[in-house]
Amino acid sequence: MENKKTVLVIGAGPAGISAAKSLANDNISVTVLEKEDTFGGNINNWAKLFPNFKDAGEVKSSLIQNFVNNQNIKIVYNKKVTELKKHNQKWIANTSDGEVFESDAAILSTGFKVFDAQYKEELGYGIYPNVITSVEFEKMYKNGKILTVQGSVPKKIAFLNCVGSRDEKVGNHYCSRICCIAAVKQAIEFKELYPQSEAFIFYMDIRMAGQFYEELYRKSQEKHGVVYIRGRISETSSTIDKKVQIKAEDTLAATPLRMTVDMLVLMIGVEASKSTTILSKQNNIDGPYGFAKSKDIHTADNYSNENGLFLAGSCKRPLTLTETIADGKSAAISVVEYLKQTK
Amino acid sequence: MEEFTKKYWKDYQKEIADDNFYYERSCIRQSFFPGSEAAFLKILRDILGKNIIDDPNQHTCTGIGYHSDIVPFDTTMTVVARIFSLMKDHGVNNFIPSCVTSFGIFNEVVETWNHFPEEYEKTKLFLKQATGRDFEIPQNISHASDIIYKYRKELKEKMPYRLVNRNTGKPLRVVEHIGCHYSKLFAKKSEGGMEFPKVLVGMIEEWGGEVIDYPERRHCCGFGFRQYLVMANRGYSVANTKKKFESMQPYKPDFIVANCPGCTMFMDRWQYTIAEMEGKTYDDNKMGIPVLTYEEMAGLLLGFNPWDLGLQLHQVQVEPLLDKIGIPYDPKDKYVGKSGNFLGEPEKPENLVTVYGK
Amino acid sequence: MKNWGFKIPDSRTLDLDKEDLKLYNKIVEKVPSARRCIMCGMCSATCSAANHTNFNFRLVHHKFRMGMFESLASELDKCMLCGKCRMLCPRGVNTRAVIYNMRIILDNMYYKNI
Repeated sequence: MENKKTVLVIGAGPAGISAAKSLANDNISVTVLEKEDTFGGNINNWAKLFPNFKDAGEVKSSLIQNFVNNQNIKIVYNKKVTELKKHNQKWIANTSDGEVFESDAAILSTGFKVFDAQYKEELGYGIYPNVITSVEFEKMYKNGKILTVQGSVPKKIAFLNCVGSRDEKVGNHYCSRICCIAAVKQAIEFKELYPQSEAFIFYMDIRMAGQFYEELYRKSQEKHGVVYIRGRISETSSTIDKKVQIKAEDTLAATPLRMTVDMLVLMIGVEASKSTTILSKQNNIDGPYGFAKSKDIHTADNYSNENGLFLAGSCKRPLTLTETIADGKSAAISVVEYLKQTK
Repeated sequence: MEEFTKKYWKDYQKEIADDNFYYERSCIRQSFFPGSEAAFLKILRDILGKNIIDDPNQHTCTGIGYHSDIVPFDTTMTVVARIFSLMKDHGVNNFIPSCVTSFGIFNEVVETWNHFPEEYEKTKLFLKQATGRDFEIPQNISHASDIIYKYRKELKEKMPYRLVNRNTGKPLRVVEHIGCHYSKLFAKKSEGGMEFPKVLVGMIEEWGGEVIDYPERRHCCGFGFRQYLVMANRGYSVANTKKKFESMQPYKPDFIVANCPGCTMFMDRWQYTIAEMEGKTYDDNKMGIPVLTYEEMAGLLLGFNPWDLGLQLHQVQVEPLLDKIGIPYDPKDKYVGKSGNFLGEPEKPENLVTVYGK
Repeated sequence: MKNWGFKIPDSRTLDLDKEDLKLYNKIVEKVPSARRCIMCGMCSATCSAANHTNFNFRLVHHKFRMGMFESLASELDKCMLCGKCRMLCPRGVNTRAVIYNMRIILDNMYYKNI
């Protein structure tokens, strides 16, 4: 009777949870190391998910079925992995409080972090009142009210796409993929709460590259009257009544424009989390922008160039939740393939 | 300012010399704001006890000519070299221009010499051939307002007055304006960079005032040179200052202070121009918002006579501001010259309300 | 008022605080499909009038939406209501009805006295 195989899963976000459940199902002993005190990762930032406004809590509940209280899964919270390395066919994880974990294979599912909007000083985040990020908007929405710092309902709200993405000045050339649809979703949520207020989305492109996304865009225009202005906001200022003055170009009419809104929401982009970058670099699998690089983007997307180290979820690139959960499962299958070969 | 922005300011804390200065006067400042440069010299010599050379042999830096495409850059470099040579004659190493455009010119020329040593050699040759002179690049080039900023705490000790409204006890609300050539050309050579420059803000806050942050705060006043020199084009320049006035109006500033001769002139004169052309003013009394240079502001607070500072030549009357601070002045002395003779009162404008000519 | 030989130009920045964006709602009342427009330009590409004049329906629709009404009335006269744009529009906007209703509103604004 051979020993049960062990796998370390680093990060208990949707990819990690999905991978762990799949591995446990194959009778593999999984240890999940999570640096926060609870699971879920970035899902905890969202109230409703695109494209169908599904409640994020429901998705979390369905994810953790067979995750907690699974005899093959041991979850360790408050454990940040500071070093991950291979040693004689085993994978060793050193954590911040000195505890060491060992396994036959490891899955990196350390996910993403959001762009720190303070780096775009000209947009006034952290400097002027009523400039917030999409994450903060979602938190307010979770509590059922979107209010300015003065405590009133915004009569005009503006969303700015591509903050921290497609921007040479902050070093992120890539597109974060999920912010366009998130903006459409949040604009609809806003208009449903406050039908008398006006919502504007400032964009360069409206990238609706997923199922039901384009229909949602159409619905936001037709049913909810969201106004789309093609032009990236260049700078903001604060007015005497704490509103936000924005300057943009209406590129479709080739005219500069200026308007005052009660609140500006910055659709911040997706970046590799610190753990993703650090642990990838330690194993020479770091790719552009600090994301983890898979062995082959088409045919071996869960493998890395290090034997026994697998990748799941948005530690590789910006992904939607649907893709992340599926990627966790496919990472688990790849691990099982690998473990069968190395007896 | 928020914590995050404060982190970047340390990048823009430049080195300012502390003594032994060579003062480069401005071409036009003495016409528009006659007392300012004299006040600066008085402050540095009598109050701070510094050594500052006021050279009668100096000349223009060709800033206006260069920025109007009349003077080629080679000429400008040679002329600047001659000024540095004059400085060398006096044995000091720290250069302070009075004009902000000059400040931009000197920095631009020195940077060019640093990046292109062949230009430096060329200029050395030209100067030698034209005048027989040698020159040295100054150790430190700071603007005159940087010096006042550096010693603002020492000056505060000597100031009997504060930027406080003596009737309400509240700090005066001040709009500060930095010349474009001060911070927008070489951000690292300005105090605080170009987004949140500190040079005037530091003075105002140290001396008791409150700085207003309004949306068009960083917008250029429209001076520029080339578009302004031709009168038919002047509307374009005025439109820029008008944009700033419209933006600052809701904040009800008590006065405006600027460190550039052109900006101060524009902000002061165009309130008259806009009032006479369109009937618009930007304060509650149709008198306009008083505009001061930083030397006039420092001088007033130090107790200098307003008429010695040249405030009678301002287009927008400063008397309401003097009353707010509590600075005494004799209205009868306003248009009496140094010789004691009455110089005559200016014509009364149609729309802008003035104190004289009642 | 004094005249010194120059005029102070107005800002050409479109000030959306001042522009009348509500007028577009009148169009939307009559033509609800107008809101679906994504400015793809297929209409102006196929437009008959655009072959011989500088009439640009996409731009006219956009300008009306943004409150830039200057010179739009005379622009609309160039449309022959041939309907090719409506046939092609991928979002199903009833472009002819948009033109028709814009004419009514702009006629009332600009041609009242004729």
